[in-house]
Amino acid sequence: MVTADSITRAEIEDFLYEEAALLDRWRLEDWLELLTDDAEYEVPSTDAPLSKTGDALFLIADDFNRIKARIKRLNDPEAHAESPRSRTRRMISNVRITKLQGADIHAAANFSVYRFRYGYDIRHFVGHYHYILKVEGRKLKIRKRRAILDNTELGAQGAVSFIL
Amino acid sequence: MSEQDPFIIDDPENLIFRLNRRTLSDPSILDEERRKVFDRSWIYCGHASEIPNVGDFETRNVCGRPVIFCRDEDNKVRVFLNSCAHRGAQVCRERFGNARRFYCFYHGWTYGCDGRLKTVPAEDSYPPNFNKERLSLREPPRVEGYRDFWFISFDSEIMTLDEYLGDAKDYIDLVVEQSPSGRMEIVEGTQEYDIKANWKLLVENSFDDYHLVSTHKTWLDYMKDSGVQIRAPKGQGLLLPTHGVGKNLGNGCAVIDNINFRGRPVAKWISIYGESAKEEIEQIRQELVERLGEERAARVADTNRNLVIFPNLVINDGSSVTIRAFWPLAADKMKVTAWALGPVEETKNARARRLDSFLTFYGPGGFATPDDVEALESVQLGLQTWKELEWSEMTRGIDKEGEQLNTDELHLRTFWRQWNKLMTQAA
Repeated sequence: MVTADSITRAEIEDFLYEEAALLDRWRLEDWLELLTDDAEYEVPSTDAPLSKTGDALFLIADDFNRIKARIKRLNDPEAHAESPRSRTRRMISNVRITKLQGADIHAAANFSVYRFRYGYDIRHFVGHYHYILKVEGRKLKIRKRRAILDNTELGAQGAVSFIL
Repeated sequence: MSEQDPFIIDDPENLIFRLNRRTLSDPSILDEERRKVFDRSWIYCGHASEIPNVGDFETRNVCGRPVIFCRDEDNKVRVFLNSCAHRGAQVCRERFGNARRFYCFYHGWTYGCDGRLKTVPAEDSYPPNFNKERLSLREPPRVEGYRDFWFISFDSEIMTLDEYLGDAKDYIDLVVEQSPSGRMEIVEGTQEYDIKANWKLLVENSFDDYHLVSTHKTWLDYMKDSGVQIRAPKGQGLLLPTHGVGKNLGNGCAVIDNINFRGRPVAKWISIYGESAKEEIEQIRQELVERLGEERAARVADTNRNLVIFPNLVINDGSSVTIRAFWPLAADKMKVTAWALGPVEETKNARARRLDSFLTFYGPGGFATPDDVEALESVQLGLQTWKELEWSEMTRGIDKEGEQLNTDELHLRTFWRQWNKLMTQAA
């Protein structure tokens, strides 16, 4: 049984691999099931990676309602930036439990995400994730997910139009 | 196609305005436009709030030159070309910070934040005519500011910034008047991204309301889901729920000036802001009315504006305020820098609301900008046919007497006429 104090790195790795697989397969509704209903998804601006939403301009700073709206948008064929959808491939590595705080499990992981699209060159996103995970009904859930890009500017990566 | 084909065919009497697509595709045009357009215009460099204290600096690339935008010991905003007088290395390699000295690590020359050359290692080996006074950091020929927006020009003969901005000043004022003290600030966090498209396509896109309904259908749906009325009234020729006009402001500057329908952090509540925000937004509005009177307060709060300062500065005051400057990297590629702007005295909640509202529409992760990027990149791919398909149509509203709509193309033609004027002037 999964509990916050007995959680292992391997369990978190499995969970993050599953999440990556869902996103790469564009199973966005299933991905939503991995989130708590107060989940947040953030991508800070590349020149302010440590900043707080509300104080600083982010690339993405979604609360749960905005995440749902984002999924609805991405499922609409008129979300032109992802229509036709890009192919993505996520490499998740260096998974670590960084802190246990009450029911919160803080975890970090590196990512290397490739985005391919018909007619476009490869766009490569590199960085790391900060997760706050929770155990809900014996399952791990994502309470917060911050993707921090290493790129000093978004530059040739263009838009973050998919879920990074 | 001959080299003599004009850039535009501008014949309003016969209701013709055509844009030659080579202006957006031909790599040989870029060098010419760097010299004739960028080096002969006022170019946005930075906002005074980015460097509030003596010694503060930001480094950036403006008009293809690395510059230092900084505040000297007399508290004056300065701009220096970031290149050592000795051999040319950059004297400041940090993105931002605070420094009383700029140090060239190559041979150790040191400059003050007033640009003067202070120390030269082993100066005694230079001949007697070596003169440090002559070797200050070079400034662009002209540096002028309007309401904390600082511009530079590489044309020493150019008209004053005040004259250049002309009627655009009132639109900048409308943005700045959101602040009770008239002081706006750039918020931490910069959005920087490339678009594989000609830079002039982003000028057009930044104030083209004709594309909103088809390109931003998912954003309009999001607005609708949030309780915003998005249907256009029947029988008025409108594509969007409210009326808006396009205006020529002189010197290639232009604006679309729209009655708001999409909510504004200053000061029109929509449900996205949450019930708890209603009271504060009402207070913000009250303050505007007390300070500016009903009419001007309504201008600030109930209208949106997308302003283009020729050639490459955009101030969009819609779902939030964004400032965008963008630069050609190649004929088919640009670099965009976008900032958020807010009143310095804004409360924590109001600032958070402003930034949240920003991301509903703007930026590389917003609900609208990625589709703009997609549209521009799609145009650029299509424009590879420029030798066969020479002309783009740009005549919306050209036969109207008087007012033109935000979904017409007067403002786009305004930009292109100035661009054409500069490009066809003797070098």
